[in-house]
Amino acid sequence: MNNEILDYCLRIGDTSLILSHRIGEYCSKAPVLEEDLAITNVGLDLLGQAENFLNYAAEIKGNTTADELTFKRKEKDFRCLHLVQIPNIDFAFILTRQFLIDCYHHSLFNQLVNSTDQRITGISKKAIKEINYHIQRSADWMVRLGLGTEYSNQRLQNAVNELWMYTDELFIDNDTDIQIDLLKIGPLSSSLKKPWEKLVMSTLSSADIKIPDANLYSLKYGKDGFHTEYLGYILAEMQHLPLLYPNAIW
Amino acid sequence: MSDEDQGVLWEVFIQVKAGRPYKHVGSLHAYDKEMAMKAARDLYTRRNEGNGIWIVKAEDIISSDVNDGEAFFDPSNDKIYRHPTFYKIPEGVKHI
Repeated sequence: MNNEILDYCLRIGDTSLILSHRIGEYCSKAPVLEEDLAITNVGLDLLGQAENFLNYAAEIKGNTTADELTFKRKEKDFRCLHLVQIPNIDFAFILTRQFLIDCYHHSLFNQLVNSTDQRITGISKKAIKEINYHIQRSADWMVRLGLGTEYSNQRLQNAVNELWMYTDELFIDNDTDIQIDLLKIGPLSSSLKKPWEKLVMSTLSSADIKIPDANLYSLKYGKDGFHTEYLGYILAEMQHLPLLYPNAIW
Repeated sequence: MSDEDQGVLWEVFIQVKAGRPYKHVGSLHAYDKEMAMKAARDLYTRRNEGNGIWIVKAEDIISSDVNDGEAFFDPSNDKIYRHPTFYKIPEGVKHI
C-alpha cells in the first residue's frame, strides 16, 4: 500500500516544487518591489511544503533523500500537474496560474488535514495556514486586474482562457486517487471539483472574467508521469549543478 | 509600468506582542489600504517580528521641520532641572 502513498506524496510535493521553481525564475522581475517580495515569499512557502512531502516520500521509498528525489530523478518519474509547468508568460499568466492552484490547494488541503495518515495530517495543518493567505492574495489581484482597465481585463481574460484547459487534470482520478480514497488518506481528485469551482467562480465573477468552455484536454497527465514539453527544460536547469558536481555542498 | 506609478507611500508600524508599543519598521508603496496591509505582512512580518500591524499614509503624518530644530529642541538642552533626577526615590517604589 505504501506505493500509493509514495506516488501521492510525489504528486503533491512535485507540484509545489515545480511551481516554486517557476516563481523563483520570476524573482526580481515583478512590476513593483513589494509584489516581487510577496510572490517570492509564496514560492518559499511552496518550497517548504514540497520539502515536507518529498521528505516523507524519501522515507517511504527508503535509501534516498528529498534532495536526491529533487535533483536526481528523471522526468518521467516526476508527478507534478501540467498547470504548474506553464512558463511565466506575463504577470496575468503568473497570477492566474497561481490563483487556480491556490484554489486547488485550498480544496485539497482542507481534506488532507483529516487524513488517516498522521504525517500527512501534520504537514497539511501547517500548509493550510499558508494556503489561506496565498488564496487571499491571488484572489485580490485577480479582482484588481479584472476590474482595472479594459486592457488589464483583456490580458487577464486571455490568461484564463489559455490556462483553463490545464485545470482538467486537477480533477482526474487515476489508480493512486482510488487507492488513496479507499485508505481514507486523501480525497478523490474528482471530489475536489465542486469546492474548487465555487472558489474560482466567485472570484472570476467579481473580477468580471468569463468562464471558458471546458474541453477534455488530454488523456496523458503529469500525475501519471507524462509531461508538457516545458518540464524537461525546467529540470535541465534545476538539476544541472548536482548532475555536474554530484554531492557538491556549500 | 512606469517607476512613478507604484502607488502612494505608507509607513508601517509593528507590535512585537500584545500590550507593547507599535514601532516604526519602514515604509512601502501600495495603491490602497488592503494592498498596503498585504504588502506589510509580506515585507515586515515574515520572520516572526510581531503580531500587530499599523499602517499610516505617509502624507497623513505631521512631522516637525528639520529647519525648526533650533527653535524647537535646543532650549531644552540646558534645563536639566526639568528632569526628575533631584528627588530621592523612596524604597520599594517600582517602575521608575
